[in-house]
Amino acid sequence: MERLKIATVWLGGCAGCHMSFLDLDEFLIELAGKVDVVYSPIADVKEFPEGVDVCLIEGAVCNVDNLELLHKIRARSKVLVSFGDCAVTGNVPAMRNQFGIDNADNVLQRAYVDNAQFNPVKPTTDGIVPALLEKVQPVHEVVHVEFYLPGCPPPADRIKALMVQVLEGKTPKLEGAQLKFG
Amino acid sequence: MQIEDLNAIAEKHIGSRKKIIVRTCMSAGCMSSRADAIKKNLETAVKEQGLDAEVEVRRVGCMGFCGQGPLVGIDGVKEKEILFEHIKPEDANAIIASLKGVESNLEIGDPDHPFFAKQTKIVRANGGIIDPEKIEDYIAIGGYEALHNALTEMQPAQVVEEVTKSGLRGRGGAGFPTGLKWGTVAKSPGAKKYIICNGDEGDPGAFMDRSVLESDPHLVLEGMAIAAYAVGADQGFLYVRAEYPLAISRLQIAIKQAKALGLLGAGIFETPFNFNVDIRIGAGAFVCGEETALMMSVEGKRGTPRPRPPFPAESGLFGCPTLINNVESFANITAIIKKGGDWYASIGTEKSKGTKVFALTGKINNTGLIEVPMGIPLRQIVEEMGGGAPDGRKIKSVQTGGPSGGCIPAEFLDTPVDFESLAKLGSIMGSGGMVVMDDTTNMVEIAKFYMEFCKDESCGKCIPCRAGTAQMENLLNKIIARQATQRDLAKLEELCDMVKNTSLCGLGQTAPNPVLSTLKYFRNEYEELLQPDKFGPAATATK
Amino acid sequence: MSARTLTIDGKQISAEKGASVLQAATEAGIKIPTLCHLEGVYDVGACRLCLVEVKGINKLLPACTTRVAEGIEVTTNSERLNKYRRMTLELLFAERNHVCAVCVANGHCELQSLAYGLGLDHVRYDYIFPRWEVDDTHRLFGMDHNRCILCTRCVRSCWHIEGAGTKNVAGRGAKSKIITDLNQKWGDSESCTECGKCVMSCPTGALFKKGSAVGESERDRTKLEFIVNAREKKQWNA
Ligand SMILES: Cc1cc2nc3c(=O)[nH]c(=O)nc-3n(C[C@H](O)[C@H](O)[C@H](O)COP(=O)(O)O)c2cc1C
Ligand code: SF4
Ligand code: SF4
Ligand code: SF4
Ligand code: SF4
Ligand code: FES
Repeated sequence: MERLKIATVWLGGCAGCHMSFLDLDEFLIELAGKVDVVYSPIADVKEFPEGVDVCLIEGAVCNVDNLELLHKIRARSKVLVSFGDCAVTGNVPAMRNQFGIDNADNVLQRAYVDNAQFNPVKPTTDGIVPALLEKVQPVHEVVHVEFYLPGCPPPADRIKALMVQVLEGKTPKLEGAQLKFG
Repeated sequence: MQIEDLNAIAEKHIGSRKKIIVRTCMSAGCMSSRADAIKKNLETAVKEQGLDAEVEVRRVGCMGFCGQGPLVGIDGVKEKEILFEHIKPEDANAIIASLKGVESNLEIGDPDHPFFAKQTKIVRANGGIIDPEKIEDYIAIGGYEALHNALTEMQPAQVVEEVTKSGLRGRGGAGFPTGLKWGTVAKSPGAKKYIICNGDEGDPGAFMDRSVLESDPHLVLEGMAIAAYAVGADQGFLYVRAEYPLAISRLQIAIKQAKALGLLGAGIFETPFNFNVDIRIGAGAFVCGEETALMMSVEGKRGTPRPRPPFPAESGLFGCPTLINNVESFANITAIIKKGGDWYASIGTEKSKGTKVFALTGKINNTGLIEVPMGIPLRQIVEEMGGGAPDGRKIKSVQTGGPSGGCIPAEFLDTPVDFESLAKLGSIMGSGGMVVMDDTTNMVEIAKFYMEFCKDESCGKCIPCRAGTAQMENLLNKIIARQATQRDLAKLEELCDMVKNTSLCGLGQTAPNPVLSTLKYFRNEYEELLQPDKFGPAATATK
Repeated sequence: MSARTLTIDGKQISAEKGASVLQAATEAGIKIPTLCHLEGVYDVGACRLCLVEVKGINKLLPACTTRVAEGIEVTTNSERLNKYRRMTLELLFAERNHVCAVCVANGHCELQSLAYGLGLDHVRYDYIFPRWEVDDTHRLFGMDHNRCILCTRCVRSCWHIEGAGTKNVAGRGAKSKIITDLNQKWGDSESCTECGKCVMSCPTGALFKKGSAVGESERDRTKLEFIVNAREKKQWNA
């Protein structure tokens, strides 16, 4: 059987979902035997490759870099999995939307000026800090997503349950408390 | 008070009338164009031109042709009435001078215009003729005779029987058979029963009920009293929205006058029948027109609907059997009692009897109130009576039923206006709003307008209506802003189905109708606004 | 007692006359999803989650306010009903700000557990992100409007179990809001008896006991010192 090409990415999230992924412990070894991780924050690959079979996406879509990468991922992957609550619901990163939907400037003002202790200034230099999107969105509001893996973070056994089904070539189905948000 | 006293009042009043009557519309529409100043100037002109002995200036209610207002009608000069249109206060002298044959260049309406000629007036028979603030005017045209007949010559069950025979169906929107409702309340056990007249009239653009209350308040009170006798109630409530101050003040005057003459209160017409009416003023929430919410409001609680059953007929106001009918429904009763249920049933179609009042508005030449027999083709209303769309444009669609109704496309203009035919087209009769749209109208915008209305007026009690209308409005906004895809349209349709089938009350259950009917007939207008889906491989999935 | 015999999900059951379909189903061990229903207070039929199909009636009926009748055939669990239920929950999640990860009710929230119970793995509607405040003025309790689903369970408990009549609903539509007294701060309420019944009633994290919110947990640094002293100096008394 051909080895599956797996990618994991990290958009606007806290890395917690990836930590949980590492909590898969010995299953990681089993996984390594069956798949190639072709792109991941833990693998030093610069460009998202073509022909990815399954991509796990952590984090919400918060800035222009997230957006660009996400469209590239969609174009180059067969199956996308929204990985964790930030990707599935927007979760904590999307809380900034309450400070004025469609107005990212409010957020910068609040974070870098109003709440600043030293040197209050908004990061605006082009090409250094990616511009914030007006509104933080969950992944499926931007591109089509095949499967959802909620949880903040999704516990390792939940990730395993999904991955096992994916590896077996099934349409993964999580049920009951396996789908709990939060 | 006995019938002889009633007749004496009528005779005396008729005897005191002058030869020429100058009727000035003093309903809310014309009042907003200074009708009170017109009346005052007319009275001064009569005095100054020395016509006191022959001419009387009368305050009257709505004549219907509101788009041409302010209106002044004159009886007693020619065989037919003379109707002055678009009158300003400074025209008063010229109008009065015209009575002496002085030519004027004021605008004169044609009393044979199809707008008038095609009408059949039962509910609005006295509108624009009598002074709504004088009970004598009402008595002089036979007012309160029907109540007398019912009380002295008919058993309550016979009254119900007559109303059943008439085939009258509720004019508040749903078209429930009135006789059946009365019979149910009459049979419901309970020592205390109530009558409620629903004058909340919340549909945007509708003013049929307001006009009846402002022009002929006694007609409604008499209808309520007859209903109370028929079902065994002794207390009535008239629920009117606070935005109708003129209607409220005229009702207050009418109740006071009727009480003073013993036509309301204890021992009416010297029978054991007692009936009192109180006014309850609503704060203008659309949902308070829904009967269970209205009763909550009358009880002094937050106006939100509750699940039915129990229906008001079994357990309504303060837990007692309650008859609730619309203003126009009650306004039909005296005619039915006087002329008989069979006479009433001879007007209209097989399943929709009598007449219906419509407020004709939108992109149409003649706007105003019309009362037409049920079954009249829509085309006669909009093309002949309404005179078609202005500037030679084409009529595209007619909206009936307000936020609960739908848009009927022009190809169905030959449809008869009755409960069943309109429902078959995905609209409803509703309470009588009729908005005409021409070919410049964007139907998605129309759907959005009504959805926004429902969202704002949702009481917030149940989730599908409260949150569903907000999401549907959001999706419509996205479509209009050209930011939506086929997938969003699918979500909109799915929500329409869900909100319709799961909402608690009629507001939510019918809120999707304007979207559904425009999707049915004008789907291309939605699709033209959609954008290609950039969602990736499985873009057709709805998930 | 007179009984009524009916069928729920193909199961023949009998129930007391006047019982609701929900009661009858519960007694028969059939679970119908509910949110606005609360044992002990009257039902309002507002959340629409308990809608069921009754054979011969083309409208869906709320099980909590529909009385049992002889011979009716009820379906509580069809594809259509569950689709509507999921949509109802999606609408709720999108309506206000539910961030389960940082919510006091995480793990014991009826909205959350209904969602996974019905297999809801994401919300398809745009989140609205309204701005709602948190009222933390009461000595013992807090109210976070961001998590309120307007089920009015708190209102009914406060009026009909406690009899205080402190809680109420103000506003219309999506702007409806649970208020205390005449829309004043809870801490300023004179009618509130501090009984906590509203907090017990709340299905979500909207009403909570103070001290349980994320970021509110108290840190007692003296405990560390006590432990160190106990270990090292064998001192057991603080
Ligand atoms: C949202 C909503 C608003 C309503 N508004 C009115 C209204 O303004 N006037 C009215 O007579 N009926 C209104 N109704 C209908 C009433 O609930 C009730 O059916 C009616 O008053 C009964 O009178 P009828 O049988 O004479 O029509 C409304 C219903 C709904 C669901
Ligand atoms: S359908 Fe709308 S108006 Fe009616 S009860 Fe529900 S929220 Fe209130
Ligand atoms: S109230 Fe329930 S659904 Fe809402 S954030 Fe809290 S745990 Fe999640
Ligand atoms: S604590 Fe008791 S009295 Fe106070 S608001 Fe809650 S239920 Fe009402
Ligand atoms: S505060 Fe809690 S109990 Fe009260 S309405 Fe909101 S969700 Fe329901
Ligand atoms: S539990 Fe029945 S409608 Fe909410």
